[in-house]
Amino acid sequence: MLRGSLANEGVLLVFLRMVRRSIVKGWHKKVLAVMTVTIGTALAVAMLNVSLDIGDKVDRELKDYGANILVIPNVEAIASEIEGVGLGARGIPSYLPDGEVPKLKTIFWSNNIVAFAPFLDVQASAPSGGQVPVIGTWFRKTLVVPTGETVTTGVRDIKSWWQVDGAWPDDESGDALAIVGQAVARQLSLKPGDSLNLAFPIEGSHNHTVKVSGIVSAGGEEDKQVFVPLPWLQEAVELQGQISRLEVSALTIPKNELARKAENDPESLTPEEFEVWYCSAYVDAIAYQIEEAIPGARARPIRQIAESEGIILGRVQLLMALLALAAVVSSALGISNLMGAAALERSKEVGLLKALGAYDSSVTWLFLAEAVLIGLIGGAMGFALGLGLAMFVSENVFRTTLEVKIVTAPAAFAIAVGVTVLGLLSVARVIARLEPARILVGR
Amino acid sequence: MLLEIKEVSKIYGNVWALKDVTLGVGPGEWLSIMGPSGSGKTTLLNIIGCLDKPSRGSVILDGADLSSLNSKQLTEVRRDKIGLVFQQFHLIPHLTAVENIMVAQYYHSMSDKRQALGALARVGLADRADHFPSQLSGGEQQRVCVARALINYPRLILADEPTGNLDEANEELILGLFRELHAEGHTLVVVTHDPDIGRLSDRQVSLEHGFIRCVQARSGEV
Ligand SMILES: Nc1ncnc2c1ncn2[C@@H]1O[C@H](COP(=O)(O)OP(=O)(O)OP(=O)(O)O)[C@@H](O)[C@H]1O
Ligand SMILES: [Mg+2]
Repeated sequence: MLRGSLANEGVLLVFLRMVRRSIVKGWHKKVLAVMTVTIGTALAVAMLNVSLDIGDKVDRELKDYGANILVIPNVEAIASEIEGVGLGARGIPSYLPDGEVPKLKTIFWSNNIVAFAPFLDVQASAPSGGQVPVIGTWFRKTLVVPTGETVTTGVRDIKSWWQVDGAWPDDESGDALAIVGQAVARQLSLKPGDSLNLAFPIEGSHNHTVKVSGIVSAGGEEDKQVFVPLPWLQEAVELQGQISRLEVSALTIPKNELARKAENDPESLTPEEFEVWYCSAYVDAIAYQIEEAIPGARARPIRQIAESEGIILGRVQLLMALLALAAVVSSALGISNLMGAAALERSKEVGLLKALGAYDSSVTWLFLAEAVLIGLIGGAMGFALGLGLAMFVSENVFRTTLEVKIVTAPAAFAIAVGVTVLGLLSVARVIARLEPARILVGR
Repeated sequence: MLLEIKEVSKIYGNVWALKDVTLGVGPGEWLSIMGPSGSGKTTLLNIIGCLDKPSRGSVILDGADLSSLNSKQLTEVRRDKIGLVFQQFHLIPHLTAVENIMVAQYYHSMSDKRQALGALARVGLADRADHFPSQLSGGEQQRVCVARALINYPRLILADEPTGNLDEANEELILGLFRELHAEGHTLVVVTHDPDIGRLSDRQVSLEHGFIRCVQARSGEV
């Protein structure tokens, strides 16, 4: 036993020496090989990271529009009733009854409606003397819709990217709790738990006090607003059962020829075309159905621009994926060449080992350590370089700050390993082709 | 017969490196292959050593027909039955003398440093075990090669001009080793230009343009 293990130690040393030699010898070629892996991995990582990140950002931006359908009172209808007065145009508010909201879930595409929230917009005077928009809404409310289903939804679902420091108010509690936009909070030095006095411009109205339950960072207009439970605000401003607008988030399919035709002139559709259009989840079709369901409402898609952005983004992502693939392929080819050449350079040693009775595979394994080392170093450097490149591209091409995607780390590893395995295959091919008889006599 | 070569030809394009060579080598025999440059000596040795395959004919080594074997099986035969000594020594330059021998052990079965050192002692290089080839003279390097060829107890030792690159003193040392091996009963096939070596062997075969021109036993008769 002892003898055997000593013998193995000896052979281990021999192997380490052979492997070390293989790594040290021709180091400039190895540097080249590492660079090849690095560049391939870097490009792939950069493309992947930018692609994923931009995808996420646009997704979030799409959600930033909150909903993709905005439902408002049909002011034009009212305005036309009171000819010449231009009620809506003057900004004199008009309202929708909140009792109509659950009807959203009765339309043909009700299952595509994933979230919605009503809003009542009121201007209030803050203690500092300035005006602050106060908005009544559902934070997350459970309601029973006409179909008998129970639905839980509200602003938390429709503005899922909101970051709240503190707690969300409970809709059911009836407490006077508020979520305060961070700009307002900064201006009035509010933190969760503080009280906020609000004066509404209503005749005979007195001051109201709400307790700040959380501070919201939304990255938009919302940072300058105050959100309170809808019923509380309705009572405070004596607008029971009224809302200013309703935002709906619906899953839709991209527009096609038919959708565009309907958009330009719904009248131009033949009855069959109308049927098809109505039964497709185009955003316009869903808006149309909402208008049918809620009388006196006007439903407007509010995401067209973002959607076309999404299509372009898809193409950009495809382009980046192809570039990444090309980078990986050329790096694989490069490494195959380099490692194959390295094996060829050592053909004398390879030929000798084969002549001594080593299988092709055993000789190939001698190059494994080298390959693994090249792969690991190239992969790690490529990952780092790729992140740098991704940051640069994000900053200068897409003008956003990159969020590092963790998946790119295993991806970089996989690419580096895959590329090196290919290199090893090319080594194996070279070794299999080397005929010891020719090498040893120097032919 | 340990080795039977029957009507072996080797054709490279339109060059017949070997033409219908028929030859037998018995166990314990020392055969010399002689002949002018380009006559096919190395080609014949490579075929015997399973480094190459004949274009025609059959080679039977230790009862196994080599022509029926694939390259992996040929590798195994080479590993198990053949010890090779080359004209240009062919040691791995970054391994010491003893490590060079251990590599051959490893690919055969298992490395055993003590045994490897024993083989070096056998060729008179016990004190040079940890020297690298560059630190050894040509004759010493060739002795390491002989030790390596012997290490796995081959049935057949093949040497292609083993003294071709050596001065007379070193040639003497190597020939002394071969004589010892022969005396111990090893089977040797040695390619050489040197008539003195030829005379030491049991039998000499002369090749010319791929043909066997004459076979000469030690006693001198054709
Ligand atoms: N791989 C090959 N391709 C083409 N021709 C070859 C090849 N190997 C050997 N030959 C030819 O076969 C003939 C015999 O070659 P071989 O090496 O066996 O000669 P040799 O007797 O060993 O010569 P030397 O004494 O110079 O070593 C030569 O003419 C050589 O050119
Ligand atoms: Mg020759």
